[in-house]
Amino acid sequence: MPSSKRQWLWLLINIVVLAGIFTLVQYMIATRMLNQYYQINLAAMAINIILSVSLNLINGFTGQLSLGHAGFMAVGAYVSAICTKNMDLPFIIAIIAGCLAAALAGFIIGVPTLRLRGDYLAIATLGFGEIIRVILQNIEELGGPAGIVGISRLTTWPYLFGAIVFTIIIIQNLINSSFGRAIISVREDEVAAEMMGIHTTWYKVLAFMIGAGLAGLAGALFAHYFYIIKPETFNFLKSFDILVMVVLGGLGSTTGAVLAAIFITVLTAYLQAFPAVRMIIYALILVLVMIYRPQGMLGNKELTRKTFGRFWGGSA
Amino acid sequence: MQVKRCLTVLVLVLFAMGIVAGCGTNNTNQQGTPAPQGTEILVGLNCELSGGVASYGTNAANGAKLAFEEINAKGGVLGKQIKVLERDSQSKTDEAMNVSADLVSKGVVAQIGPLVSGAVAACTPVMNENKVPLIAPAATAPGATVDEKTGQTFPYIFRACFLDSDQGVRMAEFAYDTLGLKTAAIYGSTSDDYAKGLAKYFKEAFEAKGGKIVANEGYVTGDKDFKATLTKIKATQPAFIYVPGYYQEVSILIKQARELGITAPMGGGDGWDSPDMVTVAGAAALNDTYFTNHYSVQDPKPAIANFVKAYETKYSKTPDSFAALGYDSAYLLVEAIKSADSADPVKVAEALAKTKDFPGITGTMTFNEKHNPVKSIVVIEFKDGKLVSH
Repeated sequence: MPSSKRQWLWLLINIVVLAGIFTLVQYMIATRMLNQYYQINLAAMAINIILSVSLNLINGFTGQLSLGHAGFMAVGAYVSAICTKNMDLPFIIAIIAGCLAAALAGFIIGVPTLRLRGDYLAIATLGFGEIIRVILQNIEELGGPAGIVGISRLTTWPYLFGAIVFTIIIIQNLINSSFGRAIISVREDEVAAEMMGIHTTWYKVLAFMIGAGLAGLAGALFAHYFYIIKPETFNFLKSFDILVMVVLGGLGSTTGAVLAAIFITVLTAYLQAFPAVRMIIYALILVLVMIYRPQGMLGNKELTRKTFGRFWGGSA
Repeated sequence: MQVKRCLTVLVLVLFAMGIVAGCGTNNTNQQGTPAPQGTEILVGLNCELSGGVASYGTNAANGAKLAFEEINAKGGVLGKQIKVLERDSQSKTDEAMNVSADLVSKGVVAQIGPLVSGAVAACTPVMNENKVPLIAPAATAPGATVDEKTGQTFPYIFRACFLDSDQGVRMAEFAYDTLGLKTAAIYGSTSDDYAKGLAKYFKEAFEAKGGKIVANEGYVTGDKDFKATLTKIKATQPAFIYVPGYYQEVSILIKQARELGITAPMGGGDGWDSPDMVTVAGAAALNDTYFTNHYSVQDPKPAIANFVKAYETKYSKTPDSFAALGYDSAYLLVEAIKSADSADPVKVAEALAKTKDFPGITGTMTFNEKHNPVKSIVVIEFKDGKLVSH
């Protein structure tokens, strides 16, 4: 079969599979087969997927250790909440505004900090994430430490699903373009990349902005699902939660980030019933995975149809 | 290669187990909220058992569990035993909402917790939608039980504690009337609504009585050095210093104030309630300091003494206010189940709203139309490291 025809066929299969998943879940929600508890966890899972996949672009593919992801999520959440609550704008515009605001914050923070490397960058982004939180905490108009209460619930499964697909398509297409090769070269060896004529700062800032914008998307969906946002929700521990997902899934693997986000959400939900030992089990699982699989679940490999084919011993 | 593949399989199996275990619970409960049948009444505990405010949640959960054990030992309620489903909200608002949806789907008659007002606000839509009552042991924000936009009381949200405004007013009365002090300085935390609220209501009440506020300063959570501001306050010579905030900072603040030679009496709210106050500040520095609280451990009333003894026996530590409020919340619920003569959440909520003269550890409670308990506030003095109630 000619390869272009084959590609079209796979695209068709992908669309059918995605549409199938979407319809199945939508049907289960409509018929109340998934009760409220499962719906909330589904939403949390979707938001975590967007967060971990977008952080993976910065940490995994570009190789810049950022610890301020929750800060960008906060920007998206607050901006979108103001749009719908105070300005009565449609939800979709609020989402776009949240994304853009978070991307802008990413740009402002990225330009000075991305000149730093490694640990220094981590500390700087951690600091900036905290700055965003503290600023929000001190703006009385935004509710101060109590945050914004009474945001309408506008996030539904179609939005969540659409946002996941959008995020993954954007990031996968970026990775497989010249942009993707440029940022991976920055990760592998910044000096060599610069020698080859790649404007490293530009690419780093761009990757940072896209990652931040997508975190803003997650923030907007979060705000309109959980009714209430307050600065404390977006503290550095939230950034670490996202980082754990990325590292667990494997730095530089989008499917790994997705799997890890699902795994962590399910694990958190499951361990709620064991409050006393929850943190021990949670930490133990992470430690075990890191000892026996330091590169994360998937390393930097992707889970593709080829992987499945190899695993079952057949040929794809 | 072989080992690697084994490990991959292991990780995947672990992952699958997580999913299967998560789904496993799905089979045991049906959709909607069926009224619990059989010999047990399910009660949900949605508390902050880990994370930033874990000590509040843990103590309140301990208090509530103690109450339910006592009730079960006496034969339960309506001839049925109470089964507690305890869940951890990790001090996060989204987890609190998640947990309450889980508890509701398991068919609980009511939920006790969360402790923090923000987390209660996150649970509120879930509880109202499913018509299951929530008793917040310590949510002090005015908006916790009332929809601030419409002014309507949430039909399924109740609280067992007094409000921040009541506390600020009580301390102003105490300083002005009981201690007879006419000037005051305020030096409180500006990092949270709790302390800001206390400062605001104290100021209003103190000035309304004819007192004068000579200084109004603030610190932020995590501060360790208060000497610069204290020196400034000392220069204004206040007769009383009001320090609304939490014990972590307040204990250091008082120590430094006394080191600077500030001898004026100091006061605060229930955020001071911790054994750490004496360990950090020292008994001598704490002399002549007062705070408003939900109850006093030293209270000789038999009900309180019995509670303190039972709590100390079970958990080997002194019950703080959160434990007492958790305990009261549990008894409030049981009384409501009794008077409703049913474990149907809607009927229990109706009975809760009608609660009158309920004898709790933290005072005799009657719910007003906003589901706030009308009750007394104790002022406690530190005397040589011991707590004395006024």
